[in-house]
Amino acid sequence: MDGMDRGWSELPPKAGVGYKPRHFEDILASPGPVAWVEIHAENYMVDGGPAIAGLKRLAARFPVSCHGVGLSIGSEGPLDAEHLDRLAHLVSWLDPASVSEHLAWSSHGGGYLADLLPLPYDEATLARVADHIDEVQERLGRRILLENPSNYLGFSASTMAEVEFLGAVAGRTGCGLLLDVNNVHVSAVNGTCAAEAYLDVFPLDLVGEIHLAGHEVEMDESGGRLLIDAHNNPVADPVWTLYASVLARSGPLPTLIEWDNDVPEWPMLASEAERADAMLAGCHG
Amino acid sequence: MADYQHAFADALFDPSKPVPAGLVGPDGLPAGRRFDIYRNNVVVALIEALGDAFPVVRAVVGEEFFEAMAGVYVRAHPPSSPRMMFYGADFAEFLESFPPAAGLAYLPDVARLEYARRLAYHAADEPAADPSVLAGLDPAAISQVQLALQAACHIVCSAHPVHAIWRFNATKDKSPVQPGAEDVLVSRPGDAVLVQLLPPGGAAFLLELEAGEPLGVAAARAAAETPEFDLGASLAGMFAARIVRTISV
Repeated sequence: MDGMDRGWSELPPKAGVGYKPRHFEDILASPGPVAWVEIHAENYMVDGGPAIAGLKRLAARFPVSCHGVGLSIGSEGPLDAEHLDRLAHLVSWLDPASVSEHLAWSSHGGGYLADLLPLPYDEATLARVADHIDEVQERLGRRILLENPSNYLGFSASTMAEVEFLGAVAGRTGCGLLLDVNNVHVSAVNGTCAAEAYLDVFPLDLVGEIHLAGHEVEMDESGGRLLIDAHNNPVADPVWTLYASVLARSGPLPTLIEWDNDVPEWPMLASEAERADAMLAGCHG
Repeated sequence: MADYQHAFADALFDPSKPVPAGLVGPDGLPAGRRFDIYRNNVVVALIEALGDAFPVVRAVVGEEFFEAMAGVYVRAHPPSSPRMMFYGADFAEFLESFPPAAGLAYLPDVARLEYARRLAYHAADEPAADPSVLAGLDPAAISQVQLALQAACHIVCSAHPVHAIWRFNATKDKSPVQPGAEDVLVSRPGDAVLVQLLPPGGAAFLLELEAGEPLGVAAARAAAETPEFDLGASLAGMFAARIVRTISV
């Protein structure tokens, strides 16, 4: 397949940020350590207008990661062919340095559920997810990265651990992985995995990109801490610690600061990128 | 585990439905309240998306009322596509049949205007036709001319002062809203979406053109319906707003 010789992604092994149009002028004028940007693919699935024009200007300056949030790769039903066509159109004119999606489902029966919903890790799900990724990679003519989810619960039907499942998907499809360290921490505090053990066995050699994000702290039914993957805060200290432990083993990897809600002014976001950049500069792969 | 997504999706939008079987918490016991995180995430995300799309509707009814109203809408009308910028296409129709908002008869048209702005913002980039080609034509030829409008061009007709209500809530112009019917032209002549009050008969004229009628027919129908319709002013306004995509002689 075309693009299979590109490595896991063509993003530079440096810090990037999730692009918000309100930061457009700032990011061009004073990018600081920001070496690449990530967009949500769906926001650019339109015919034209200022959003597309802005993205074109940005893409002329920075490598772009095209991160889908709505393909619903884990759907029990078939992939939405129209949506896949729209993604293929975007990827063909944007020619992003990386394309990624989530291990999740978000559509059902023609309706879009506006969230990344969980999957049982069993053979049937594995076969379906792998088929869908084959279809996506075939349609796009390139490899994608698949992101690990944040979990609030599990399925009694699961027969394998999440890392094992992700590794099996990558093995069957040739896709790479996007490691979201905040998601690992959120899932661990929420009790669905142990963070260090999860990362110990995570196939870092398949990782083309890392995500770091902030979360929200709530309480569960028994008064314990429950983390919500809200992307509305600075990256938390335990997530930086886990990130450092990953980098120590993986060497530098393209690392994204994701901040999607209560988005701060540019200097705050840039300072998060600076912290990641310093850690990337200090590690040796 | 087949078809669990159907039960999951159903229960997401209906809190009276039980948490789907097979979901477990960290202790291996049924997930219970943790399922509510998904219920909450989905509804909050959709209400927020709707509020972003309809800021004037939200301002008119107030935060609290909007949230309750949007909560009813998003459960009954979840999005049909992941392209969230187009969510709320039928919000205006919903408002028409939402009894608690019945006292605000203008609200559906405000929603139509806001949705038209969204569509205009994301519409295809198209060149504007040069009106000078009309100058060399005799009156008979001009009346046969067809003017195709840009995809970014939308016309909202209202029995209410929809332009003034929008202007009062969305811009710095706080001059009082006067009663009366208003028609609005939404366009995107450059990078920014433009919202303009149309002169009498202007909307009918544009709608006839949009339906493919030649200029002469469109003007005659607009004038028959609205005696004060001014063809020259309407044409000047159209070309100033750069909404004409092509002129076919």
